[in-house]
Amino acid sequence: MKNAFYYKSKKILSNTLIHIFLISVAVTCLYPLLWMISSSLKTQDMIFKDISLIPHQFRLENYVLAWREGGFGRNFFNSIIYTVSVVFGIVIVSSMAAYAFSRLRFIGSKFLFIMFMAAMMIPIPGSFVALYVLLNKLHLRNTPAGYILCMINVGLSTSIFLLKTFFDKMPKELEDAARIDGCSKIGIWWHVAIPLAKPVLAVVIVLNALTVWNEYILALIIFDDRSFMPLQVALQAFQGEFVTNYPLLMAGLTITALPIILVYLFMQKYIIKGVTQGAVVG
Amino acid sequence: MWFKNVCLGAFVLFSVLGCSQQKIDSKPTINIWHWMTDRDATFQELAKKYETLTGVRVNFELYAPSDAYSQKIRAAAQGTNLPDVFGILGEKRDFASFIRAGHILDLTSYMEADNSSWKNSFFPKALAVNEFTPQNSYRINPGIFGVPIDIMTIQMVYNKKLFSQLGLNPSRPPKTLQEFLDIGAKIQAAGLQGLVSGWGEVWMIDCLASNYAFNIMGKDKVLATIKGEVPYTDPDWIKVLYVFKQMKDSGVLAQGLVTMINKTSEQLFANEKAVFAFNGSWCVNVYKGMNPGLEYGAMIPPEASEKFPMAIWGGAGSSFMVNARSKNKEEAVKFLIWLTSQDQQAYLAAATNNLPANKNSLSKIPEILAQFARGMDYATHPNVWGVSEFSLVIEAFDRGIQSIIIGEKTPEQVADEVQKIKERELAKKRAQ
Amino acid sequence: MKVRDTLENYVFVLPAVAIFSIFYIIPFIWVFQLGMFEWDGISFTKIFVGLGNFKEIFTQDVNWWHSMWNAGYITIIALTFQNILAFMLAWACDREIKMKNFYRVIFFIPPVLSEVVVGMAWRFIINDIDGANIINRTLIGMGLGNFAHNWLSDPSTALTTVAIVHCWKGFGWGFLIFLAGLQTIPRELYEAARVDGASAWQSFKKITLPLMIPIMVLVVILTVLGTMQVFVLIVSLVGGEFAGHTSVPVLRILASMRGSSRFGYACAQGITFGLVLVIISFIQYRFSKKGQ
Repeated sequence: MKNAFYYKSKKILSNTLIHIFLISVAVTCLYPLLWMISSSLKTQDMIFKDISLIPHQFRLENYVLAWREGGFGRNFFNSIIYTVSVVFGIVIVSSMAAYAFSRLRFIGSKFLFIMFMAAMMIPIPGSFVALYVLLNKLHLRNTPAGYILCMINVGLSTSIFLLKTFFDKMPKELEDAARIDGCSKIGIWWHVAIPLAKPVLAVVIVLNALTVWNEYILALIIFDDRSFMPLQVALQAFQGEFVTNYPLLMAGLTITALPIILVYLFMQKYIIKGVTQGAVVG
Repeated sequence: MWFKNVCLGAFVLFSVLGCSQQKIDSKPTINIWHWMTDRDATFQELAKKYETLTGVRVNFELYAPSDAYSQKIRAAAQGTNLPDVFGILGEKRDFASFIRAGHILDLTSYMEADNSSWKNSFFPKALAVNEFTPQNSYRINPGIFGVPIDIMTIQMVYNKKLFSQLGLNPSRPPKTLQEFLDIGAKIQAAGLQGLVSGWGEVWMIDCLASNYAFNIMGKDKVLATIKGEVPYTDPDWIKVLYVFKQMKDSGVLAQGLVTMINKTSEQLFANEKAVFAFNGSWCVNVYKGMNPGLEYGAMIPPEASEKFPMAIWGGAGSSFMVNARSKNKEEAVKFLIWLTSQDQQAYLAAATNNLPANKNSLSKIPEILAQFARGMDYATHPNVWGVSEFSLVIEAFDRGIQSIIIGEKTPEQVADEVQKIKERELAKKRAQ
Repeated sequence: MKVRDTLENYVFVLPAVAIFSIFYIIPFIWVFQLGMFEWDGISFTKIFVGLGNFKEIFTQDVNWWHSMWNAGYITIIALTFQNILAFMLAWACDREIKMKNFYRVIFFIPPVLSEVVVGMAWRFIINDIDGANIINRTLIGMGLGNFAHNWLSDPSTALTTVAIVHCWKGFGWGFLIFLAGLQTIPRELYEAARVDGASAWQSFKKITLPLMIPIMVLVVILTVLGTMQVFVLIVSLVGGEFAGHTSVPVLRILASMRGSSRFGYACAQGITFGLVLVIISFIQYRFSKKGQ
């Protein structure tokens, strides 16, 4: 009897400690978010005078103002288009390439993979100007297509790296079975590799969605038309050269954060659940 | 599910691919790219007004913040896609490069037409920033290449209410450096913060240091130093660096000054946590937004020496240039003449609490702005000196001052380091 | 038959290689050769200086190497503090505990917020003059007033404080990847170990750790690459390079590009930076291969 009690209380104690640990980290994660939201509900002069988290008045109209003055309607839509297109593009292109690097044999495979890896490691400062001139020559400069292609390239290396690492670890039995059944290479990729890779694909999706959604400098440089600008560029309108309209900026940033949180909420189920559905014993 | 996504994706790609057509208008449209977020609304109104007056469409496009704007302009210059009117945010050296590359229209003839009527409508110091004088070191033919649309000065401001609290006379700001330093002790005793400024951004430090340099050794010696004729280890320069050490020791500087960006310092001054601030005349608009009831006054930095007058940086705040390759050059210039005329300037100034570049527009401005305007008498600006210091030297100098303020280096050490870099750069230049 | 087979293989990598060649290789070559010129970014003429820029970086540019050192320091803190924290949180959430889903969402909020907001919010939390001074007040409240400090405005603690805020922002990624990895370990292995009488620590050492090594390598490589490039956070937390104390390579490159108008030199710095990262990553990769 003593033994059972000992183990039970030990378990409760360790669980409690774990929860305390988790909660304290969670609080530090929540605080800045709450600060951002509470700032968005204040007025410009109250923002720095009143440092409490709960504002005295709830100026919800800040959100309406931010939406209208930030031209959010059109830019929000643009950001969604860009994010969806780029993520879609990267998922297809990088998973195909990663699968080839991992499973298929062809000359130059190792060399090409190393090039992609090197690209991941070597950032190019000043690449904006190069891309600008390049897109100009291709007549793709002030076009969404040009921007989307540039952004696909941005996330390509890391996504290929993540996917290839996963494909390398993937057991071959399912693929062999499919091949014996007469499946073509594309078929194996589509029907076997992709479904198994769901958790990694979910990570790739979240990672790239976040990158594209938060991007603004490339968009600002290569687009001239305001109607093509993504959301982040519109947000900068609140950060004036001299005056920053903090409440509206915070409201804008809160609105901006929401869709990505939704994407993550949706994807994280796949990352965790899909993995255990792998159904193959390692 | 996947198939639907593929179709959707392809459809989206194809539909957006075709969205780059541009409409061709029969009437000329002038495209102006700017970075001034706070003035965008006012610009749009002025553009509409101009269109009703003349039928010419003016399209103001805002690209902010100013860092990103600057990069966009440089990228567009590479692709020769500059708009009809734009600004160059950078130093005189960059301005010169743009001119040499053929991007900027020479406006001298327009300025001097009609007995120089356009030219004379401006404060001379506002134009000076956009002008290249004979025998300048940038190898540009003399002329006027830009149009100022406002002026600004960078001075000190002080909080009148806190002054009373400290037992000081709110209408008598400190005139000498010693008076200023003495206030430091009072500030420390009262638990307040002293001078705030965006000294995390080195150019603001450079501004005040330059002001004291002019005050201590006079303009000629400063320019001689830039030209390489006087070393930075000269006792006068050490005196300049000492000013900062004295300020730090006396407690008149705010804590954490070196980690502040300008916006933080504005917020602190507006919230009456700081007694002094070093900022530009644009701050009037900022403080009004953050704390409309703030009681403060402007002053020039307290003099460290009586030998030479104190200088402040001032001149054109923002300027526009005309694209030399633009198809609408003439219309663009006409618009800029209209934009800088008396009424429009008064309107712009009132709408955004800035100082007009047109000297006839000063009539109804708030008292605090008038105080800033009076500073124009003492104003100078690096862009009018005709010579530029090496940027690595400036960087070492300003970072050195930051080190002095946080107590890590002595003025002598900083002077030595700066001089070493200066000599290295001079040697490189001679070798070219 | 073999030819068709190989051609099919190439089709798989074709789109990636095409996009990559156009949008990475071409700008890369442009930047690479620019590193050998002295150019202000505006003029149509450039001055060829050969390896002069690189020589300057290696022999004279003290600020550059100082910034590299700073970035390295932040990276080491990220590799240790951030990743250990992420791993511990992932391990805690891997067990059957309540509110697991809640934590999974909350921990990912920091990466979602933009660096500008993170900087502003944390400056508000940490700073005493222009902020709410929460950390110091909490310490004083707990009776640990001696530990209260000017975290951001004191040059000796500024860099570490920035590093910790960076870890706060980044641990969500490590947490996610570790959690995914932990969940691939079949429960049966733990069951079998428990039946055999292994303690929690032993099963952790013998089962969890070895199976997680490839994931750890992945996280380490990504952490190094991401952390070395940090800069927006530094500007919003301490205003800039703080007399060199919080200088990082990207800020130096931007200073060359914009402050000094030396585009060519900035490119040379960028290439040097890239080389260093490649060497570090290569060493990591080799190290991990040997371990397996």
